[in-house]
Amino acid sequence: MTENSTNENLVKVSGVDKIFKRGSEVIHVLGGLDLAIPRGEFLALMGPSGSGKSTLLNLIGGLDRPSEGTVEVGGKRIDKLSERKLAAWRARHVGLVFQFYNLMPVLSAQKNVELPLLLTRLSKSERKKRAAIALDVVGLSHRSGHYPRQLSGGEQQRTGIARAIVTDPTLLLCDEPTGDLDRKSGDEILDLLQALNREQGKTIIMVTHDSHAAERATRTLYLNKGQLSSVPVD
Amino acid sequence: MKYLYLLFSSLKRKKLRTSLTMLSIMVAFLLFGYLSAIRQAFDAGIDVAGADRLIVRHKVSLIQLLPQSYEAKIERIEGVDNAMHQTWFGGIYQEPKNFFAQTPVVPEELFDLYPELIISDEHKAAWLENRTGAVVGRGLIKRFGWKLGDRIPINATIWGKKDGGRTWEFDVVGVYDGAEKGTDTSQFFFRYDYFDETRAGGTGLVGWYVVRVSDPDKAAEVAAAIDAEFANSAQETKAEAEGAFIQGFANQIGNIGFIIMSIMSAVFFTILLVAGNTMAYTVRERTNELAVLKAIGFTDAGVLGLVLGESLVITLVGGVLGLGLAWLLVSMGDPTSGSFPVFYLPTLNIFIGFGLIVAMAFVAGILPALQAQRLQIADALRR
Repeated sequence: MTENSTNENLVKVSGVDKIFKRGSEVIHVLGGLDLAIPRGEFLALMGPSGSGKSTLLNLIGGLDRPSEGTVEVGGKRIDKLSERKLAAWRARHVGLVFQFYNLMPVLSAQKNVELPLLLTRLSKSERKKRAAIALDVVGLSHRSGHYPRQLSGGEQQRTGIARAIVTDPTLLLCDEPTGDLDRKSGDEILDLLQALNREQGKTIIMVTHDSHAAERATRTLYLNKGQLSSVPVD
Repeated sequence: MKYLYLLFSSLKRKKLRTSLTMLSIMVAFLLFGYLSAIRQAFDAGIDVAGADRLIVRHKVSLIQLLPQSYEAKIERIEGVDNAMHQTWFGGIYQEPKNFFAQTPVVPEELFDLYPELIISDEHKAAWLENRTGAVVGRGLIKRFGWKLGDRIPINATIWGKKDGGRTWEFDVVGVYDGAEKGTDTSQFFFRYDYFDETRAGGTGLVGWYVVRVSDPDKAAEVAAAIDAEFANSAQETKAEAEGAFIQGFANQIGNIGFIIMSIMSAVFFTILLVAGNTMAYTVRERTNELAVLKAIGFTDAGVLGLVLGESLVITLVGGVLGLGLAWLLVSMGDPTSGSFPVFYLPTLNIFIGFGLIVAMAFVAGILPALQAQRLQIADALRR
């Protein structure tokens, strides 16, 4: 199924196939998929396990490459970029939020948030300043010196979001951001994502199993057997 | 520089394992430093041996004596600039463990043939005035706390006295220093005239000759000429370069260089496996974190550099501690109480040590680093 673009599309996925090989077995995860995401949209991607949600997210974020088809973000084809250029592109344009936070356990919240800024030419003081702002945005200024093991799940995820937005990326990709959290903490995270979308105009793509979380998005798409649909497929 | 805290933070992850690995590396480099000093001790004489000096000894063995009359004959041979004789005294000071070499010599000849022995004119003159005087190296003076004017009794094991006694007494009248770091300052020289007149037997016989040639390039020819001069005589000679003579002496114990190299190779190979194993574990445990670093924009080369950097930090800390400790132990002096008069850690070996640190870091870290470099982000994040 084709999702038509409206106004200015930030993301354009055209005819994308993704095939995985496990030994002699060939698995078609995505087949001829098209998708357009307008700038400023908060899109929720739902679907059963193994439907290809995370794979699609990885392709849009430049973490993986399609077997066929093209992926454009901000008018730039990222599927043809070299590894080095793709890494630089990710650093500049993509913020990633993971289900299990993926923070560095040996670094404080402040240093975790600073990590993406190491790839910029910012001075040490400027990096520190920006990390402090990002932690302030997610309401964690008072926990900046704490290590991940000293933070609750919700606080760790908020640190993860601060790390994702510290470079002011074009696109925020969230893979099950509330999947490891209780309802209250999950709601706080969703409030935060919604605020980032509404107040700062961030384009957000969120993979989730939770229909309650998907309700916060401006649009929800369902992925099943490698195909997108605007309605749930049984 | 901005990545340094990332490197050091990673080392804090498994403190015990990192510490034990650093400790193993430290031990390896401590051994390297200490064995380098021991090797240097064996090679010291060879390193400072004069290129223009030959040693002429009895063809059969060093313990066979040569006539003192050979000196004049040697000095007449073309290409010989000067010659002196020496003899092994082999006495004991207080107890056998206080070993040091004692040698009867002709004072004027000693300082002419060995310009690397530095002595003041005042001490030299005092020696010439005192038949029982002895000139002692600075190292030996420090070792026994002697001072000028001390009377040193030495119990003879070879050379008894005409009066039947075996205790020789010498007055410390001078101290010599070494011109180079490797110069042996543990020797005890006393006058040959006193020795020859006082000894009970062997009068007119000496241990060996030290010969200075006019042209070092013709040393082999001069050595052959000396041996030819005494061929078919009752005491045939064997002349050879001073360096070769000392090397032959050291080789009586065994090929020290080869033994030390074999030990070091085994130690370094083992430590390399330990360090390599640590790095492999480090990368395997952090697959997910490395994938996250790549996901947020670190390049393949960047991740490779980080892992190699960690390997370098571990080996650098262990290696520098090991070399430092070796330097400290070596600075405490000869561990054999006299068998290694020249005992120090050569600067060259410190540089070689640093080269080994970098090489070990690279070899131990390169495979895990390549593994980290090749990590596929999407695959790794799924694990």
